[in-house]
Amino acid sequence: MRRALIALVVLSALSLAPPSFALAVDEPLPDPVLEARARTIHKILRCLVCQNQSIEDSNADLARDLRHIVRERLLEGDSDAEATQYVVDRYGDWVLLRPPFKATTYALWIGPFALLAVAAAGIVVFLRRRLVIAAPKPLDEKEHERLRRVLEESEAR
Amino acid sequence: MVLRYLLPLGVFAAVAVALGVSLTMDPRIIPSALKGKPVPEFALAAVQGRHLGLSSDNLRESAVTVVNVFASWCGPCRIEHPLIMKLRDSGITVHGINYKDRPENAAEWLDNFGDPYLRTGADLDGRVSIDWGVYGVPETYVIDGHGLIIEKHVGPLMPDDINEKILPAIARAKR
Repeated sequence: MRRALIALVVLSALSLAPPSFALAVDEPLPDPVLEARARTIHKILRCLVCQNQSIEDSNADLARDLRHIVRERLLEGDSDAEATQYVVDRYGDWVLLRPPFKATTYALWIGPFALLAVAAAGIVVFLRRRLVIAAPKPLDEKEHERLRRVLEESEAR
Repeated sequence: MVLRYLLPLGVFAAVAVALGVSLTMDPRIIPSALKGKPVPEFALAAVQGRHLGLSSDNLRESAVTVVNVFASWCGPCRIEHPLIMKLRDSGITVHGINYKDRPENAAEWLDNFGDPYLRTGADLDGRVSIDWGVYGVPETYVIDGHGLIIEKHVGPLMPDDINEKILPAIARAKR
């Protein structure tokens, strides 16, 4: 009887808990495949408090909450992209450790390559000019004659 | 021919200015994803000892509303608190979201230092605040009459922030 009562109390307490607590905070998902997916997502999300760590690496409270949310989204059937988007919708592209390729980030992604191309083009132009300057014009008749005379004189000595 | 020497100098100057300006910006300020977007849907019960809870519907009731995310454990919240009181005294509707606090601590904090909030929402597990994109308390939001987020400020409000950021945003919201 007492056991049944305790079971009843425990059960009712469980059902009272809001659904977001179905999973304890920072408790890994029971399904290893799902947990692996959650961890992959954790690694690409930036911790907002420590900023240069992923939420996977961070001990911050908020990082823990976000890890929890990602797991919850996956449990609810979200794809990896959807779970990631859920966080991005709230915190912006900034939470992605790898910035997305889009209009506002073209300069970021293409910039270094554009600079490299400009520098390479500059070097090519510079070297070509130098080659043109370095390659001497062939000697004309007079110069040939003079050269021959100078050489003869030095041999005669 | 002069161009040959001026061009690299010009490029260098442009890069130096761009990097110099970037140096003066605070990398901890994260651009808000929610600016210009409607407030998230939520409903929170009031902080212990208070009666009016806070929900997204309440944020469409007046032409402009200020929402302040605070916690009793948050030192900087204490610093900005007098300014929030002043804001309320100037006739602006201010609501508070109490972030991850113990109910009794939050109540005590408001009782001791003054309660500037018309409505309060106790966000015990921080879930609603995550929907708002909160990443550090205090944070302050200016909401217009349609429930759109006009401005967001992260960190304690200083007098300059009120004058240069919050008040202009309030004026924009009223338009």
